[in-house]
Amino acid sequence: MLTYIVRRILISIPTIVFVSIVVFGLQLLLPGDPALALAGEERDPAVIAELRRIYHLDEPIWKQYLIWVGNVLQGDLGESIRLKLPVGDLVTAKLPVTMQLASMAILIAICIGIPMGIISAVKKETPLDYAANVVALSGISVPSFWLGIMMILLFSVHLGWLPASGFVKPTESLSQNLQTMIMPAFVLSSVTTAIFMRHTRSAMLAVLRSDYVRTARAKGLREPRVIFRHALRNAIIPVVTLGAIQLGELMSGAVLTEQIFTIPGFGKLIVDAVFNRDYAVVQGVVLCTATGFIFLNLCADLIYFLVNPRMRG
Amino acid sequence: MVAASVADDSTLIKRPNAFRRLLRRKGAVVGLCVVAIFVTIAILAPWLAPYDPIATNFLQVRKPPSSQYWMGTDEIGRDLMSRMIYGARASLQAGVISVAIAVCLGVPLGLLSGYCKGWVDSLMMRVVDALLACPFLILAIAMAAFLGPSLTNAMIAIGLTAMPIFIRLVRGQVLAVTVEDYVEAARALGNPHLRIAIRHVLPNVVAVVLVHSTLAIAQATLAEAALSFLGLGQQPPAPSWGSMLNVARQFISQAPWMAWWPGLAIATVVLAFNLLGDGLRDALDPKES
Repeated sequence: MLTYIVRRILISIPTIVFVSIVVFGLQLLLPGDPALALAGEERDPAVIAELRRIYHLDEPIWKQYLIWVGNVLQGDLGESIRLKLPVGDLVTAKLPVTMQLASMAILIAICIGIPMGIISAVKKETPLDYAANVVALSGISVPSFWLGIMMILLFSVHLGWLPASGFVKPTESLSQNLQTMIMPAFVLSSVTTAIFMRHTRSAMLAVLRSDYVRTARAKGLREPRVIFRHALRNAIIPVVTLGAIQLGELMSGAVLTEQIFTIPGFGKLIVDAVFNRDYAVVQGVVLCTATGFIFLNLCADLIYFLVNPRMRG
Repeated sequence: MVAASVADDSTLIKRPNAFRRLLRRKGAVVGLCVVAIFVTIAILAPWLAPYDPIATNFLQVRKPPSSQYWMGTDEIGRDLMSRMIYGARASLQAGVISVAIAVCLGVPLGLLSGYCKGWVDSLMMRVVDALLACPFLILAIAMAAFLGPSLTNAMIAIGLTAMPIFIRLVRGQVLAVTVEDYVEAARALGNPHLRIAIRHVLPNVVAVVLVHSTLAIAQATLAEAALSFLGLGQQPPAPSWGSMLNVARQFISQAPWMAWWPGLAIATVVLAFNLLGDGLRDALDPKES
């Protein structure tokens, strides 16, 4: 087991190295002189020269990369041009907000998607199955930003039940925090709910056709016991690992959700940085998200290894 | 020569079967029809649009749907229906061109990776892993940010972000095909590598690429709408469904119809491509035949 874990961690290292090259390489996409792009409206040659010196733009590209990686390894992701704050501090401050949003979204997806998948598989080719499939297909097709706008229209403008935007820290008021986060979390969970539903359905269908389920039924066990004790326990294994991967996807999806509901998280940080040409922040966010994604993938593999007895055997 | 004609004949026999299998799937047929309708609307936009999509009319600001303006007007009196019709151009163009970029780069690279194997394959797979580790939308936003906001740059960003999955897909398929007897036979006959790759390996990859392209167009259309919604895609005053939604959210309580149509259109097109992609996958799956 230890060998597997060590090997899996070692495989992740070259991926992280290449991710750092991709993230650093983003600045090569800047049209023209990067110093001029960083300077923005400023055209003073002294300022441009200073920017060149600070960002080592006169050095060869490989050296610039090594300097940047060296700084990143020491926890220095650069400084935000607009906010004059270290990117690392900004990321650390915004990450908990997005993590809360993503965690709530995955919880909603589990509570809706998995039961829907089970019902859909058990009641295969009935109106319930068709309805669940329509909901799942809508989940992956309806743009989350439109769903968000429509929910604001219904729950905030017409019914007045929930606030349309804003964020209250859970430490200040948990109930207000939940009020502001429930609608964004639901919007963010729409795609993941659909994915959970589809995977649970197909996994359950495969398991329900297997010999041991037939044997359990032949023994005279009651249907709920067959479904929950025998079928679901095996069908849920791939869904559990999928959950870890989906958490990474939710971090990405949060960009749009946070923009619609004006939540000051990770996603809003990158979008604001894009419009303020704060490239260090953009690179920092992409690097942190990708590293987090690799870590979650690693967790998914390890969970799969732990929960699947055949892998351990 | 004989082998070639036999191969051609089998292709001729298989094609109608796959197409017939596709037509047997109701979902796929619905998807195909909806896609065809939207493509027609996009092509015929100048003849179908009742008004100029960028012409403002300050006497008709934020008018609800009526017999004069079927979908209503926006915050500066532009006809929403005309903007929706022209917006179909931007959205479909972005979906198709982004995927074309991903296919044109991804297929040759995947072919190279799977066919060469060894260090070329290892190196390319590590790069692909790195690109896949960056969440799709965040990488597309970052690329669009560095390239500058425009529809063209959004398409490039989406295409480059969608490329790694094509590399991985094609490479996997190539690895499976290159151990087949007919590829061994082509090698034994002394065919050059390029000829084997293009004449014998590539045709076996086409079905997988076609299926994934259809599903990727759905994703790319959504991504373009998302980038335009964030202001990184189509720039005003040119219409695109995503940018129309971005404006609409500011007037959601005064003019909700501004948000209805673009969202419905995006969802319909994405759903249609998803249904078509699912149908194609089933129809081209050898296990189905």
